[in-house]
Amino acid sequence: MPLSTQSQADADQYILIASLDNARNLSNILKAISLRDHAIFNATQNGLKVTVEDSKCLQANAFIQAEIFQEYIIKEDAVGFQVNLTVLLDCLTIFGGSTVPGVCTALRMCYNGYGYPLTLFLEEGGVVTVCKINTQEPEEPIDFDFCSTNVTNKVILQSESLKEAFSELDMTSEVLQITMSPSHPYFRLSTFGNSGNAHYDYPKDSDMMELFHCTSEASTCKYKMSLLKPSTKALALSCKVSVRTDSRGFLSLQYLVRNDDGQICFVEYYCCPDEEVEEE
Amino acid sequence: MKFRAKIIDVGCLNHFTRVVNTVSRLTKACVLRLTCDHLYFVLSGRVASGGVSMWCELSQGNFFDEFQLEGVSADANEIFLEVAPENLSRALKTAQNAKSVKIKLTKKSCPCLTLAAELPSLSSVSRVVTHDIPVDVIPRRLWHDFREPQMPDFDVSIYLPPLKTMKSVVDRMKNLSNYLVLEANLNGEMNLKIDTDLVSVTTHFKELGNPPWGDDGSQSSSPAHRDPDLMAEARVEIRKLQQFLTGQQVNPSRAMCNIVDRRILHLIFLHEDVSLQYFIPAVV
Repeated sequence: MPLSTQSQADADQYILIASLDNARNLSNILKAISLRDHAIFNATQNGLKVTVEDSKCLQANAFIQAEIFQEYIIKEDAVGFQVNLTVLLDCLTIFGGSTVPGVCTALRMCYNGYGYPLTLFLEEGGVVTVCKINTQEPEEPIDFDFCSTNVTNKVILQSESLKEAFSELDMTSEVLQITMSPSHPYFRLSTFGNSGNAHYDYPKDSDMMELFHCTSEASTCKYKMSLLKPSTKALALSCKVSVRTDSRGFLSLQYLVRNDDGQICFVEYYCCPDEEVEEE
Repeated sequence: MKFRAKIIDVGCLNHFTRVVNTVSRLTKACVLRLTCDHLYFVLSGRVASGGVSMWCELSQGNFFDEFQLEGVSADANEIFLEVAPENLSRALKTAQNAKSVKIKLTKKSCPCLTLAAELPSLSSVSRVVTHDIPVDVIPRRLWHDFREPQMPDFDVSIYLPPLKTMKSVVDRMKNLSNYLVLEANLNGEMNLKIDTDLVSVTTHFKELGNPPWGDDGSQSSSPAHRDPDLMAEARVEIRKLQQFLTGQQVNPSRAMCNIVDRRILHLIFLHEDVSLQYFIPAVV
């Protein structure tokens, strides 16, 4: 049945309805956080927050504000559920992932509440696909307790500059080391792989550096490469990225993403530092 | 038994190559049946092939400039050969820009289809690349296994949706399930459905049109008596349907399917000079 002629009775049952003229404005940003199979959805009046976690050390969040949607109706303060993200992405791209200009998949996403599946109505070129994806009780996302008051160092870079580095990262290195310092090398990414060590330096007066804020102390922290490498997907979509570390060595990466229509969404990654066992 | 044929037109050569490529994507081995007027690539529905069968028919005159055949005997003027279409495909690949391609049945250490491609060269003498493709000659007593399939007594016949869309949907569904249900009615409506523990997905196609089977079709129950909204369905392995849709290198001028409710999905692709039929058995 075409999206527009859904019966009013159906519409009354849903506690959440979110519609987009272009489903890519949701699928692209979800791909940027698709590290694992399961995603926790948390919808509020402000919009949709989708969380994916990996081994309690990494958390990726995507924020899609209510204004991005052509229709956004929520009948409760907060609506939460968990779905298989891989299945959801296959459904959102059911008509193919190709970007043919002028051809879009329209989406209407509906949820009746606890115990009901997530229902998607997708339409392209007069063909309608209806998907019902089973939902689970949402897990509570980890609170990484990352607040701006504890931030020791912060840089904002144009994503262009980091994209090359991230795509070239030596995957034989178990860790990615991030150094931020008020003096040279200012901002440095380092890897320690089989063929040797590699350093990517970003001086504070570089064109790509939009903000450089470093306290008096330099900080050097290591993070598991396997946890951070997937953030490359978010980086690829973004135009700007902010890198912050706090006093515990926790890392926050925030990506500014522009969707197909030029609207802004955010993706953020939180990562725990890699605790090394000191060798005697 | 004698067979020799020659292609000199590059358009015909490319077209023939595309057909052979399509067949090679559908099956590792098949029977090549040669008659005076036609070539057929045949796969009979044995258990080994998962029950799918295929019938691809080409009118010889539209491809070959020269075609000489002397069959097994005067009253059985045909040749049946078992061949791996991929071997033929590979040989044709090297013949891409050939000035001419000759194919003939030869006997080397075993019976072969020998393909000789005359390639353009800088000097006045042409370069010839020869491929010997081993084949098995199928004795006459086994020919009945490879007869033209009868048009099944179908319940619904319907034109397929645009292949690009159908292929996208089937590709995605394959990520989610091993089986799908294809159902259609005489009102031009077709649905593709999957239903698993994790998800259920239904894609609705409308206004596809139903082919008008008249005197040619062997329909015992006239379609006019069937409730046009009633769906006929076939539950098939997605892999087999996907294999058929993915293999297509020839863009058909007509694509349709016939459904025998809960028994067979019969797909038909028609092109000017080639017809391809594919039968997928329904599973419970």
